[in-house]
Amino acid sequence: MMWIDTIVQGILLGGLYALFAAGLSLVFGIMRLVNLAHGDLIVLAAFLILVMVSALGLNPFVAALVAMPLMFAIGWALQFYLLNRTFGTDILPPLLVTFGLSIVIQNGLLEGFTADSRRIPVGGLDSASVALGPINVGVMPLLTLASAVAVIIGLNQLFYRTSLGRAFRAISDDPVTAGLMGIRPKNIFATATGIAMVVVTIAALYLGTRANFDPTIGPARLIYAFEAVIIGGLGSLWGTLFGGIVIGVAQTFGAAVNPEWQILAGHLAFLLVLLLKPRGLFPRAVD
Amino acid sequence: MTDASLTPWKVETRAKASATFAIVAALIILLAFAAPLFVSRSVLQDLFFILTMLVLAQNWNLLAGYAGLVSVGQQAFVGFGAYAMFALVILAGLDPLAAILLAGIASSLLAVPTAFFLFRLQGAYFAIGSWVIAEVVRLALAQLKMLGGGTGTSLPREATRDMPALKLVGELFGVKSSGAGDILTYWLALLLAIATIGLVYRLLRSKQGLGLAAVRDNQEAARSVGVDARRMKTLVYLAAAFGTGLCGALIYVQKARISPDAAFSVVDWTAYVIFIVVIGGIGTIEGPIVGVIVFYILQNLLADYGSWYLLILGLIGIAIMLFAPRGLWGLFAERTGIQLFPVRRRLTGGTVTPSKKGGPHG
Repeated sequence: MMWIDTIVQGILLGGLYALFAAGLSLVFGIMRLVNLAHGDLIVLAAFLILVMVSALGLNPFVAALVAMPLMFAIGWALQFYLLNRTFGTDILPPLLVTFGLSIVIQNGLLEGFTADSRRIPVGGLDSASVALGPINVGVMPLLTLASAVAVIIGLNQLFYRTSLGRAFRAISDDPVTAGLMGIRPKNIFATATGIAMVVVTIAALYLGTRANFDPTIGPARLIYAFEAVIIGGLGSLWGTLFGGIVIGVAQTFGAAVNPEWQILAGHLAFLLVLLLKPRGLFPRAVD
Repeated sequence: MTDASLTPWKVETRAKASATFAIVAALIILLAFAAPLFVSRSVLQDLFFILTMLVLAQNWNLLAGYAGLVSVGQQAFVGFGAYAMFALVILAGLDPLAAILLAGIASSLLAVPTAFFLFRLQGAYFAIGSWVIAEVVRLALAQLKMLGGGTGTSLPREATRDMPALKLVGELFGVKSSGAGDILTYWLALLLAIATIGLVYRLLRSKQGLGLAAVRDNQEAARSVGVDARRMKTLVYLAAAFGTGLCGALIYVQKARISPDAAFSVVDWTAYVIFIVVIGGIGTIEGPIVGVIVFYILQNLLADYGSWYLLILGLIGIAIMLFAPRGLWGLFAERTGIQLFPVRRRLTGGTVTPSKKGGPHG
């Protein structure tokens, strides 16, 4: 019985990691850019929601809705004015600029909010649970997983049902030819990063309401997100969800054996997949 | 065909100012070795910090600037080297100096399995993959209760005090063991920095270095003319692990106290190092030297501003990467043509006959 509980908790935790990873996977897929500041942007969004909740007294979910267009604008501007300049044949500039950005965001948040642990209050919702057959599951974890599934369905719809999605796929396949067909890569890239930041805001809502956070936890979130993307295989959003669940289950099993092994177990699961299936479990894109 | 075009061509690397610089460098090195005679302990400690950061920067530059392997996980080797040194001193009772060397070897041994995993990832994925590896090593070492677990441990005082080399230095300068320790670690850092720069310079001027540059500039083209890209990259990765581990062990002989969070700090051992190399100029030997000096000055200027310091360093790093990707040294070398460590091969001699329009072959 305890094992079933552990697996269920792991799957629910995987939902959170899939939310971290979905934005990364989107940006990865379209422009082959690894944004090393992704985790710090999640933390930035969490602070944005926190400010709105504590200063304006908004409900966290409403605050997240308000934060979404703001984060979209931040992502759009970041891509259009900064990251687009780094693209070229050399992989160094995008990596080093986003690494610098990660350090800048972290220390900016430290300066503005100190290193104290914070939490976004959600009333009694964070302790509420529902009985699912023989086991109890928290309402917030359940909402997290449901949101992750909804985000992935939404992104897939966007990718395969809209003209913007067609542009995304065209640029991902062949940026030069896509440009000849009248697609402006710079604008499309900026829009893609903006959408990724909307997903980041949703991830931040659950990051901030489920556990404590502080300005320094970004890089670890980036690592979990990255592991989920690689385990799932590049270019597959459902794969990313599965990758998140693999990390989540591995972590809860590790924690069940010894609390100190939680994080390590997740990393080892990632290394194991890398060893056995270097292209991930559901690879779609080449590269 | 004129006679002039028959003068033999020569491949040369010597550049403007490089010969003069060799003499100046020799003088600086002599002066640096004599430094303990005329500077205070706190200056020696600052110099130790500068030299060890320079060694880490040269190693990272070799990886990222020459082999195209952008690692953000070099703290894995700093921490592992430091822990290996602690294990050898505390558990095996070795002399810390011997332990430093063995720790370097241990680090390059660790690099064998990590290379196996990491080389499955390309480019940007390699970068985060290296970070994951560093996290795994940190979390695994934090489990070792005999080395202090998550809270860390200290070097036993008698181990550092009773080093034969330390007694020798102490008698030579007539100072107590703590002062002698500073002199000894400073000299070792100086030796390590000179050896690192010397070895990197030699590597880049050799046939292997030429292959490495070719792989960095165009891997497919390099492979088509017979350069074994994977082998070159693996060798550089192992060498950088050795140098970084050695330097990590040396840093922690001086610190004498270790904890997993400090020894595997991504800010201290990778972020600073990346900023040093980027600001100074990536892909040059001079770059990290310039970068470490700028870094040290900035650190002293902004020491009182806490996290503003890192924030400003990050902004400078971003600005340099965007507007002057070859760094400060790159800007300087472009304007003046001065190279202190020339590695670029140039054709000299011969005479270029200006082609006459309408002649054979246009």
